[in-house]
Amino acid sequence: MRGGFRWAAFLVALAGLQACDKSEQIAFYQSGIIYCSESNPVNFNPQTDTSSTTADATAHQLYDRLLNFDAESGQIVPNVAESWVVSDDGLTYTFQLHKDVTFHTTTYFTPTRTLNADDVIFSINRWRLPSNPFHAVSGGRYPYFESLGLAENIVNVERINGYRVQITLKEPDSSFLANLATDFSVILSAEYADHLLSRGTPERIDYFPIGTGPFKFESYRKDHYIRFLRNENYWGFDELPDGQSNTEHLIYDITTKSSIRLAKLITGECDAIAFPAQTELEIIRNREELELSEKPGLNIGFWAFNTERPPFDDPKVRKALALAIDKNTLLEAVYFESATRAKTLLPTASWAFQSDAEDTAYNPVLAKKLLKEAGIEPGFTMTIWAMPVERAYNPNASKMAELIQRYLSAVDIQVNIVTYDWTTFRRHLREGLHDSVLIGWSADNGDPDNFYRPLLSCGAIPSGTNRAMWCNEKYDALINEALETQDLERRKAIYEEVNRLLYDELPLVPIAHAYRYQAYRKNLKGMSINPYGGVRFAGVTKSL
Amino acid sequence: MIQILIRYATLFITTMLVLAALSFSLAYLFPGDVLVNLTGITPQNETERAALLRQFQLDKPYLFQFIHYVQQLLQGNWGYSFVSGLPLREEIGIAMPATIELSAYALFVAIFVGVPLGCYAGMRSYTKRDYLINSASMVSYSFPVFWLALVFIMVFSLNLGIVPLSGRVSLLFDVPPTTGFILIDIIIAENTDTSLALNDALYHLLLPTISIALVSTASVVRLTRRSVIDVLKSPYIAAAESRGLSRVQIFRRHILRNALLPILPLMAIQITTLITNAMIVETLFSWPGIGNWLIQAIYQRDYPALRVGMLAVATLVVSFTILIDLFNRIIDPSREKYERGTV
Repeated sequence: MRGGFRWAAFLVALAGLQACDKSEQIAFYQSGIIYCSESNPVNFNPQTDTSSTTADATAHQLYDRLLNFDAESGQIVPNVAESWVVSDDGLTYTFQLHKDVTFHTTTYFTPTRTLNADDVIFSINRWRLPSNPFHAVSGGRYPYFESLGLAENIVNVERINGYRVQITLKEPDSSFLANLATDFSVILSAEYADHLLSRGTPERIDYFPIGTGPFKFESYRKDHYIRFLRNENYWGFDELPDGQSNTEHLIYDITTKSSIRLAKLITGECDAIAFPAQTELEIIRNREELELSEKPGLNIGFWAFNTERPPFDDPKVRKALALAIDKNTLLEAVYFESATRAKTLLPTASWAFQSDAEDTAYNPVLAKKLLKEAGIEPGFTMTIWAMPVERAYNPNASKMAELIQRYLSAVDIQVNIVTYDWTTFRRHLREGLHDSVLIGWSADNGDPDNFYRPLLSCGAIPSGTNRAMWCNEKYDALINEALETQDLERRKAIYEEVNRLLYDELPLVPIAHAYRYQAYRKNLKGMSINPYGGVRFAGVTKSL
Repeated sequence: MIQILIRYATLFITTMLVLAALSFSLAYLFPGDVLVNLTGITPQNETERAALLRQFQLDKPYLFQFIHYVQQLLQGNWGYSFVSGLPLREEIGIAMPATIELSAYALFVAIFVGVPLGCYAGMRSYTKRDYLINSASMVSYSFPVFWLALVFIMVFSLNLGIVPLSGRVSLLFDVPPTTGFILIDIIIAENTDTSLALNDALYHLLLPTISIALVSTASVVRLTRRSVIDVLKSPYIAAAESRGLSRVQIFRRHILRNALLPILPLMAIQITTLITNAMIVETLFSWPGIGNWLIQAIYQRDYPALRVGMLAVATLVVSFTILIDLFNRIIDPSREKYERGTV
């Protein structure tokens, strides 16, 4: 049995290894933040992709923009542009750039100059001009800018002097600044681009990124991790609250299963996680060491009627159907209280949110009366299309459809629930085969135009985002008018008028604005939700 | 001796050829383009496709295709992964050592816990302590590994929070995968605090190793116990006792060696079970080994990866089995008379 003792001695020695210096250990584990993200980014340039995974991994870590959204107020605040002037006709925008904004020095590139007008011009021209040598790199698609037709509206981007850039538009567009502040409008390095071009490897620009952001890229292994290092020369350190600086390492641990992300958060292998599932929120709330912060997100879940099909072309019928359902029950049963009731298209996070907007209230008696007036016979049959995928704005569309089915049977309407796989579903929706559909919308910036235009304008019917197939000249005129003015109060007033019009016409029933969640461990300081885009780790620190 | 070596070499080569043929036929059996299944390269146009077909000799009869395939395999051109676009040899080169490492530690635990326990139980056979050890091993042998690992995760990671549940080492440590064996990689890594990282890695190793080792330990205990009891019945033990040797002396001089000899081939069979269990457990602990890698390949329908992955795992198991069998033959030539080489 002496052999056994010898091995016991070995095991004891092994255990002795555990007794490392405690303070050294704490200092080490404090030096980096691990964020469990949900998926692989497409590449490291958010211009080329609208998925939130790419934006989360890049937009606020690697890059800066001309402008930013203030996470609290939603106002546009300076970023690389320290000030800007808009001409009276709303066509010329002049940006004064910060001096001493340094680009990342990495193992693969050493910048020789700081940010200037050329970098801004290059960054915009890359998605704007097909003639730009980098336009076709990484597929040549810039979905965000394409969907808004931004490139067509820009006449020129020119250099006034080294730190002043002027952008001229064709038509006034008061959402233009907001678009420049989104995650997608990042500033790339023109010098790095030239360097790559001269070496014949332009494709590296999106995979070995150089930006001006608080972190620089270190390495990436697909399905495993992304490593970032602190940008020691980050120009924006002055902007951070006192005594805060960035953590030395930032690591994205790519973990696709939400249950495993949660488990890792509990064991402390992750300091923060992406997208906790709605069913897991209670577990996070009940754990002392975990923090769950929530904010209303920039999204809306709604029930849209196909207004091209009778009898849904009659506002009275739409009103009746809206009155027949109890939104509060839907909120509780489908969103587990992780959403707020929607009255208009705009969520509370938007600056144009109208708190006193009118809303339909549950009233089956009135609904029956209206249906009778509109000549709908009892026993009328309609379809509700329930989207087959889970989205924050509607985590369970089929369940919601079943609930609505029950509500409508109380007013003598038969409902058939229809669902297809996601691609077919969207194709059929575009063809207008539905009577009504449960679906939603996530916006990319806080500008109200990002809700009103894609969801209900005439132009959005062919592009397939106007699920109500609703085209109203007055509505289009109003939302265009709202873009022509820079005066926020004036725009707000116009959107209030739009809301009234929508309440009368009711092409869709707004149901809910889902919250955005950020789950993290309590020892993470400075973590906050950015409702206007990707997660931000600048100024976040860890103390054990 | 040379004859034995030759026989084993032939056995190995034949088995490998059969496996290679199977793997090659998978390229045809999987859905999709044979060229893509075989190489992982998706041609962009017809000219490129034709060139690739020529390059991989897919325009020739099957036999030539197969010969070319084997040549490519031997040269290390295993094709590319659909999903990551990386050379499969590189990917397997990182994943395989992780599995071997985990299995090796589990085997280590199984032997160094199982053999002493088994000997103890055998020496005290049919006493209360023997029954205790015996039934404990029976119980742990009957646990499904998958379930056991989940219970461990729940208790030790989620409820008690003493050990991490995923990966090999905290991502805060920048350990480049040089050899694929995490402990070795940590020691040769330059920018890392070695003792802190080793400490972290050991914590990560704890649960997966124990989950796999438990089942194997149980069977080692039972095998050893049986063997010790058998040896105890032999006349030479009675002779030794009558010479007045102490129990310890008898155990060390006569029982241990004689009892372990028949166990070795049985342990060889255990290794296959061990690797299989390791592959299952990997997926639970997000251990970046070959099992986890294959599961991902299945999810993502990465056919080139499945084709080579199957071949790689089979090669590993076959080589291990044959090597151990050979080893047994060498240390115990008496078996020569009765058996032929078997896998």
